[in-house]
Amino acid sequence: MAEKEEDVKLLGFWASPFSRRVEMALKLKGVPYEYLEQDIVNKSPLLLQLNPVYKKVPVLVHKGKVLSESHVVLEYIDQIWKNNPILPQDPYEKAMALFWAKFVDEQVGPVAFRYVAKAEKGIEVAIKEAQELFMFLEKEVTGKDFFGGETIGFLDLVAGSMIPFCLARGWEGMGIDMIPEEKFPELNRWIKNLKEIEIVRECIPPREKQIEHMKKVVERIKPA
Amino acid sequence: MAEEVILLDFWASMFGMRIRIALSEKRVKYDYREEDLWDKSSLLLEMNPVHKKIPVLIHNGKPVCESLIQIEYIDETWPDKNPLLPSDPYKRAHAKFWADFIDKKVNVTARRIWAAKGEEQEAAKEFIEILKTLESELGDKKYFGDETFGYVDIALIGFYSWFGVYEKFGNISIESECSKLIAWAKRCLERESVAKALPESEKVTTFVSDRRKKLGLE
Repeated sequence: MAEKEEDVKLLGFWASPFSRRVEMALKLKGVPYEYLEQDIVNKSPLLLQLNPVYKKVPVLVHKGKVLSESHVVLEYIDQIWKNNPILPQDPYEKAMALFWAKFVDEQVGPVAFRYVAKAEKGIEVAIKEAQELFMFLEKEVTGKDFFGGETIGFLDLVAGSMIPFCLARGWEGMGIDMIPEEKFPELNRWIKNLKEIEIVRECIPPREKQIEHMKKVVERIKPA
Repeated sequence: MAEEVILLDFWASMFGMRIRIALSEKRVKYDYREEDLWDKSSLLLEMNPVHKKIPVLIHNGKPVCESLIQIEYIDETWPDKNPLLPSDPYKRAHAKFWADFIDKKVNVTARRIWAAKGEEQEAAKEFIEILKTLESELGDKKYFGDETFGYVDIALIGFYSWFGVYEKFGNISIESECSKLIAWAKRCLERESVAKALPESEKVTTFVSDRRKKLGLE
């Protein structure tokens, strides 16, 4: 029986890497869905009702079942729609993918953006700290087309939505070259590979609009 | 095939307790190695270069880090006994959501009760609200996993051994505010895996008092 668009709804925000990665996963698996753009400042009653704990996007609704937290949503999508698998089957490989994805969102994201924007110990120190974290990812993707191997996987969706198509636009607005090619040849190669993938290109925020958006975010973060 | 399972841990860590419980539920024999967190072993630094934290599960020489990820790894590697996570995708997602909530909210707030100067009252108040949210999620179920002890129960129960700390330094009574949660904790403690994994509450409180003195908070 064919999936109906009404079966799957996604509450998202155009600039959020967390909701963009869910879109990538749905597109990768060919799942039709209804997209509901959210105002994350004046939150809708629907968003507050569906995610009372965090009041955040993304929220996925599948046949009435409500899911939130992007990593949890990605795993759920992978288990329901089994084509183009996102997570490895092998328990150890899966544990690695989950580990690095958590690292990207919980360490890399904040350090490479918020800390840099605040630059409490100075911009050079902040950049250096962030680059130490990127070195781990550089090693992880060395010798592979993607973090997932020959095809994109869980970590590519998480790191891809976060790094080149969110953080990088923030760095551009701040005039920072965070991951220069000479220092991070593998990561830069990975980004080039990502840009060749149609579903990735379809699910990224428009460049100029996002650079402007990230500039505003930086203004809010910077100490007065 | 000979299996080698090593757990790098610290006796008072509620995250380490999760792994002791999970391995015990699965009847996995392992080599427990106590780490001095103020003088970390070269093995720890080698096996967890990113975070340099315990617990680290080393299975046949390969390290797995991050306690919730370790629980899932244990569940899938030794699937025969006592499933820890539901197989139904939605129930599984639900369990992961709540375990992640525990990691995001419980630990961060709880730490502020004893480790941050001047924040005890506010943190204690927030902490009770977080526990009440969890209590509401538990509802009238025997465990968070419903009839079966599992992932979310394992994620939370270690904190019970620290309740004495939060009550003492936060000046709160968790029993009077969250009696259903205390009842749940006592049910969990009836399981051998849990009873063996959790340290004595007084021992934890003494340890934290010493830490506070060293941090200049007393």
